[in-house]
Amino acid sequence: MSITLAAAPETGGGSLRRLLRAEEWQLALPLGLAFVALFVAPLLLLVGTSLFDDDKITQPGFGSWAKFFGDPFNYKVVADTLLLGVKTVCTTVLIGYPLALVYLDLPTRLQKVLIFIIVLPLLLSVVVRTFAWIVVLGREGMINQLLQSLGVISEPLRLLQTELGLVISLTQIEMPLMLLPLISVMSRLDPNLRDASAALGASRWRTLFTVIVPLSMPGLVAGCLLVFASSTTAFISQTVIGGVRLIYLPLLIWQQSLVVYNWPLAAVASLSLVVSVLSVIAALSWLGRRSSGHLHG
Amino acid sequence: MARRRSLGDISYGLVIGGLAALAVLIIVTPVIVVLMTSFTEGRSLRFPPTGFSFRWYEQLFDATQSRQIHKAAGNSLEVACFSTLFGVVLATLASLGLARNRRKMARIADNFFMSPLVLPGITFGLAALVYFSTLGFRPSLDLMIAGHLVVTMPFILRTTTASLSQLDPALLDSSHSLGASWFYTLRRVTLPLIAPGIAAGAFLAFMASIDNVPVSLFLSNARTDTLPIRMWGMMESTLDVRVAAVSGVLITAAFLLMLIMEWTVGLTRRMRD
Repeated sequence: MSITLAAAPETGGGSLRRLLRAEEWQLALPLGLAFVALFVAPLLLLVGTSLFDDDKITQPGFGSWAKFFGDPFNYKVVADTLLLGVKTVCTTVLIGYPLALVYLDLPTRLQKVLIFIIVLPLLLSVVVRTFAWIVVLGREGMINQLLQSLGVISEPLRLLQTELGLVISLTQIEMPLMLLPLISVMSRLDPNLRDASAALGASRWRTLFTVIVPLSMPGLVAGCLLVFASSTTAFISQTVIGGVRLIYLPLLIWQQSLVVYNWPLAAVASLSLVVSVLSVIAALSWLGRRSSGHLHG
Repeated sequence: MARRRSLGDISYGLVIGGLAALAVLIIVTPVIVVLMTSFTEGRSLRFPPTGFSFRWYEQLFDATQSRQIHKAAGNSLEVACFSTLFGVVLATLASLGLARNRRKMARIADNFFMSPLVLPGITFGLAALVYFSTLGFRPSLDLMIAGHLVVTMPFILRTTTASLSQLDPALLDSSHSLGASWFYTLRRVTLPLIAPGIAAGAFLAFMASIDNVPVSLFLSNARTDTLPIRMWGMMESTLDVRVAAVSGVLITAAFLLMLIMEWTVGLTRRMRD
């Protein structure tokens, strides 16, 4: 939206307008200032805090980094956190992708209902969705009661505080993040492509893997990125469903900062979280770009 | 040959249909289970619930028994309202300044403003805690509003920028050539046309603030905690059935809000695009 000067007379008012025109991008300045004060400065300070050796923040040095990465336990925590993300991505793709396929074939009316079902959980608090899984997976929860009444098991299964239970819960909790980009990309695909593939004699499976999957790759990659980023940092779900025995990076950060009050170590842990999550995301999106580049080239 | 293909098609229908049905089941079941459990008569989260009663809702709405929950809900609403309000003003201004700017700096600025969406929330929460306590602030709702502003503003910026880029530039040009001032055009042409985009973003930002855990976790204390933090505390300690009642209220509220947003600004359409 530029301010046209064509009608402006070449007077003092004109130069005032010229000044105003030059400043249109400056409408972004208030937000920029707010971001410097409330976003950039805190993050820089966090990096600064990590460069202290002691929890009183008096001795500068790389001691906290050395301490964090000198402990094999922390490596396991980082690996478990990333693995949790990978497992959640796999399960959301496994059942989310077929749902997106079914969505494409539905009549418009049912599509609207399905979108509603998909988006509603997104608007529900993560705490509510996590709590729901406690009721489903608990000792007296739905799954145990169902299996016991069917006579499949005699003792209740322990599903809470296991990684299996956590992955199942995260699959539901993160599902909208997978489905929305997928559906967005897939509904823009030309339906004629599928018909052409079928007319040329390809089975539906073959059409799926040689036509639909490659073309929907941007949506799939975007969904995987969102689910990965969200599930690796899902503090509430990880602590409530995973319990205290399954330790992931967010819990470690929380313990170090608000229980132990060792801020330098917490800063190191949280920067490790950023670096490890963002590098997986960068790798995934690089792979995504490569695969779509391969498709066009 | 034809028979083999139909077998393939049958297996396709079974596998894809089955997995999709499982997905719908997994998405919907927990919500229904929680709703049913919230009406239990018993003291445990047993499913199927024992009996039917409104006792947990009565306890939840009782002003003395659930004073802390009410306080937390009030804090959540206050933080969400103010952070969304500031977010709308700042994000709308910024996107008016940047959306039509093709220069590289503008694109960089746009990506920079969207970056809180990518950064793990817990890292920003810790950074904000370290920052504000270094500056000597005590935990307060104002700090939380500032923290929530950073993480929820990108939602408003995204939808507003999308609306602005769909705006036909001819409309603005004709407004100018008819002699309307820049501000008049903004008020009478641009803002009315991008209002649905701003509203959709404000709604998403508001919900993100209500739902926010990582920032509130670090910036709140017992006096200023928000509803999710209070519920988390209740889940970690006693597993009070009132949590199910709170969940019931929140599910109903989300459902109604979504219907309203769908009718007014077409929320699901905007989220798919």
